Amino acid sequence: MSTDFAVAFAIGVGAIGPGIGIGILVGKALEAIGRNPEATGKIQTNMILGIAFAEAIAIYALVIALILRFV
Amino acid sequence: MEAGLHISISAEPLTEVGGLVITNADLSSVIISMLLILLAVAVRLNLTNNHRPQGLQNAAEWVMESLYNLTQSVTNSRVKTHTFFPLIAGFFLFILVNNWVSILPGVGTIGINRPASQLHGNEQTVFVPLFRAASADLNFTLALALLSVGLTQVFGIKYVGLSYFKKFVNFSNPIMFFVGLLEIISEVAKVLSFAFRLFGNIFAGEVLLAVTLFLMPLIVPLPFYGLEVFVGFIQALVFTMLSLVFFNMATLSHEH
Repeated sequence: MSTDFAVAFAIGVGAIGPGIGIGILVGKALEAIGRNPEATGKIQTNMILGIAFAEAIAIYALVIALILRFV
Repeated sequence: MEAGLHISISAEPLTEVGGLVITNADLSSVIISMLLILLAVAVRLNLTNNHRPQGLQNAAEWVMESLYNLTQSVTNSRVKTHTFFPLIAGFFLFILVNNWVSILPGVGTIGINRPASQLHGNEQTVFVPLFRAASADLNFTLALALLSVGLTQVFGIKYVGLSYFKKFVNFSNPIMFFVGLLEIISEVAKVLSFAFRLFGNIFAGEVLLAVTLFLMPLIVPLPFYGLEVFVGFIQALVFTMLSLVFFNMATLSHEH
């Protein structure tokens, strides 16, 4: 029971930061595309790379949650 | 819930060869290595020197050219590109194929029933899949991360010489000494972040697919397969790009 709570807590809290980060990232990228639609391709590639880095932090939390759950 | 779901965070042992445990991730990564080597040999043997390459050669040239241009765009130097390119292309292709293996049908579902450990008695058996995406095994990603960070040091020494170590051990003033300590810590952190990023993404993908298939076997998992193809590609690219950028940064002299 307490492990279940820890699992939910780990992934729940761990997803907040990356969520905010990805939101800011995509928002800024869309702003940039709006200002300069010719650079869409370049902005998109870099945006996806940035999202992958931000997402990785949520993945760390997920790994901790999965280790708690299945080990 | 766990009756229908098969999720194991570590690779399961299949057999033992002379005391060396062979896990299912080992098996599939060895098979993938062999297939990649065979593909490379096949491309090499069919290489023709004409101006309009076709079929396999065309595809291979397209992949290699894209990776070459990627390397060149980061290093901006032909000499460095020629040093880094084989490693970078190797990292990318090997990781990409290993990531994509996890979504092949049969991987993780075809397996054998082994007798469980002595704790449960001999009648009980556990299911052990024959294949497992090697990227979903922490040993595999840790090995790649150690290789990448180790090679960063090698390239640093090769291009900057022994003054490369000035980055880590510097007694010129107290601030630089502590900056050096932080650099050492960041090298260790690089290994961990490389390993956990790749492992976490691919393993989480496997768990996601297993859970969606368990909850709703029809149609619903389909978009997640598309997502996994995308994530596998992006993570291979991220690993490769980061290695490349770190290699390149190590070759630049620390004094600006």
